[in-house]
Amino acid sequence: MTINVKIAGLGGMGVLKSSLILAEVAFQEGYDVKKSEVHGMAQRGGSVCSDVRFGNAVKSPMIPEGAVDYLLLFEEADMPLYQRDINETTRILRASLIDAAQLPSRKSLNVAMLGALSALLSIPQTRWVDAIHRLFPDKLRAANDGAFALGFAAGKEFL
Amino acid sequence: MDSERKFLMGNEAVALGACHAGVSLGVGYPGTPSSEILAYLNHFGGKAQWSPNEKVAAEVGLGVAFGNGRAMVTMKHVGLNVAADALFTAAYSGVDGAYVLAVADDPGLASSQNEQDTRRYAVAAGVPLLDPSDSQDAYDFTRLAFDISARWHIPVILRLTTRVCHSGSVVVPDVPVQNLPAPHFTRNIKQRVMVPGHARPAHRRLRQKLKEIERWNNDEGPNREVLGDGRLGIIASGVAAQHAAEAAPDASLFKVGMAYPLPVERIIEFCAKHEKNAAIEENDPYMNELLKSYGAPLTVMPEYMRFGELNVARIRRLLDGAPEPEHAVPPGKPPGLCKGCPHKRTFELLKKHGCIVSGDIGCYTLAALPPLEAMDMQICMGASIGMGVGLRQVLPAAEARKVVSVIGDSTFVHSGLTGLAEMAYNVPPTGHVVLILDNSTTAMTGQQEHPGTGRRLDGSPTGQLDYARVATAMGIDNVVTYDPVKDAEPFEAALVDALRKDSLSVFVVKRPCILAAARKGAKG
Ligand SMILES: Cc1ncc(C[n+]2csc(CCOP(=O)(O)OP(=O)(O)O)c2C)c(N)n1
Ligand code: SF4
Repeated sequence: MTINVKIAGLGGMGVLKSSLILAEVAFQEGYDVKKSEVHGMAQRGGSVCSDVRFGNAVKSPMIPEGAVDYLLLFEEADMPLYQRDINETTRILRASLIDAAQLPSRKSLNVAMLGALSALLSIPQTRWVDAIHRLFPDKLRAANDGAFALGFAAGKEFL
Repeated sequence: MDSERKFLMGNEAVALGACHAGVSLGVGYPGTPSSEILAYLNHFGGKAQWSPNEKVAAEVGLGVAFGNGRAMVTMKHVGLNVAADALFTAAYSGVDGAYVLAVADDPGLASSQNEQDTRRYAVAAGVPLLDPSDSQDAYDFTRLAFDISARWHIPVILRLTTRVCHSGSVVVPDVPVQNLPAPHFTRNIKQRVMVPGHARPAHRRLRQKLKEIERWNNDEGPNREVLGDGRLGIIASGVAAQHAAEAAPDASLFKVGMAYPLPVERIIEFCAKHEKNAAIEENDPYMNELLKSYGAPLTVMPEYMRFGELNVARIRRLLDGAPEPEHAVPPGKPPGLCKGCPHKRTFELLKKHGCIVSGDIGCYTLAALPPLEAMDMQICMGASIGMGVGLRQVLPAAEARKVVSVIGDSTFVHSGLTGLAEMAYNVPPTGHVVLILDNSTTAMTGQQEHPGTGRRLDGSPTGQLDYARVATAMGIDNVVTYDPVKDAEPFEAALVDALRKDSLSVFVVKRPCILAAARKGAKG
């Protein structure tokens, strides 16, 4: 079985970074993983999204229409763009799930969203924390740990 | 050892493959989606550098290969239009070491001006083309491209697409090659000086090589056949093969690895095993046309297959013969110039003075979109100057005086220099005004260095092209430099003055890209 996660937001929100971390986590778990994204104009504030798929054997790097299992929506106004990707059972994790006032920094929303997702997947917490530590500079460690824990708690409630 | 599994982006896998194939030099010009290959190569410890444009990159690569080295030249699809002159005759001369061009197509135009198909170039020039479908293929086929090039002394195209470059998947690398001969030069005038008397036999040699390579591709090429229940056979290459395997799990799949010369014999045998066959491909119906000319029994695909990227749902529709749904996904938030972008002021000024703006390609092309809508044409890199001069040649004087050519710094070095020479040579009756937007980087494609920044690919310092002195040396009298923000008023006054005069002016509009400046600040 393949798990399909779509991460969506605007350029500058850390969409691509969070999909890289998710892919790395799934990869370390031993899954076959594919990740796909469209850059180019991403850095100038336009809509961006990235697909991460993992399971025994993943073929297409893009999630087929209607097959998203988890949608992480950093920019809620963009929901109409992803209407075709979801189905009745898709779990949609919105940015509003996270209490923005409690985020260590605005930039850490992406890590908090991963924290929320981690509460819904059965991958050990240490994998996530390891990957986040490895893929971000050391000076962001404390802020990211805080954001991840905040997201995890929100994800547990969402569950 | 390197044999453990890795998770790599397609561009990263190409760079690692090139390293393991013993690449002596990676050279190219940035262009989405190919741009990251050389940065990764540098990261893996290979030697990588940016050239002023793709043609120069292709020529530098050719020198490497003539010296028995192994060259990889990277570019986006339209880059091959610029480099094609070198490629077509390099196919005749052949090479000594190895010569691989990694060329990235952009079906769906995620960040390009057209959807041209590099496979057509392979056919036109007569060079083998490999078409990887994911990162493992990207790694394997890069290595294979070097092997084929070295074995048959022929340039090889590694054709990538946006979804291969910018997707990540698992790669198990192989053992790096060892003990390659050191570069050295062996004189062979008949083979490398392409005068007609040498080129005629060279053309025959090329066609002979292609016949051998086609034979090899049929017998032992990098093509894979997976048999299904016998009803439907799918022929596909590139990422379309991955989508197809998911869209039709019960069908047989002939995954084409080398798309030129196509393994036609094998494919026709494959077709004979099925009630129905379909060739699924992004961009042009290249395989469909070719296979049909050999009488392959293929279902006719709808015209819409050639527009945009394919995906699982689109392939299901293609196989069902269903039409495309009419309601498109709403467009997302479009990209715009960053807050504080140095280009913004310049275009506000051009708009205020009612200029006809002959534009070029770069971040500043975003000035053509609302709210600014301050660019009137954009076709290909460097065209701003030629098109502006052409307009000035025919428009009535009052209108001609409004025409301004606007070109980014990287684009100017890429292909603006010859446009400037044209302007100084065939001076239009009303003169002309050119703005070089010097933001000290190639911003559009991710802030790469270029010959005007004074730094090489790895950030090390080097000489720096001086736009003002180049323009002066070409015989242009009025050459001035302004910061569009700090010198806002004198800049505007000088521009208004230049538009009124019937002579030639070049403005170097100099202010760094805020993203590049922030990045440099963070590094240093
Ligand atoms: C032949 C060709 N090569 C590469 C590209 C990709 N490309 C488009 S614009 C550009 C350069 C942009 O740099 P610059 O002119 O300095 O403008 P900036 O984006 O920095 O404003 C590149 C590399 C292209 N469109 N065509
Ligand atoms: S990346 Fe640089 S040049 Fe491009 S829009 Fe942003 S500030 Fe302007």
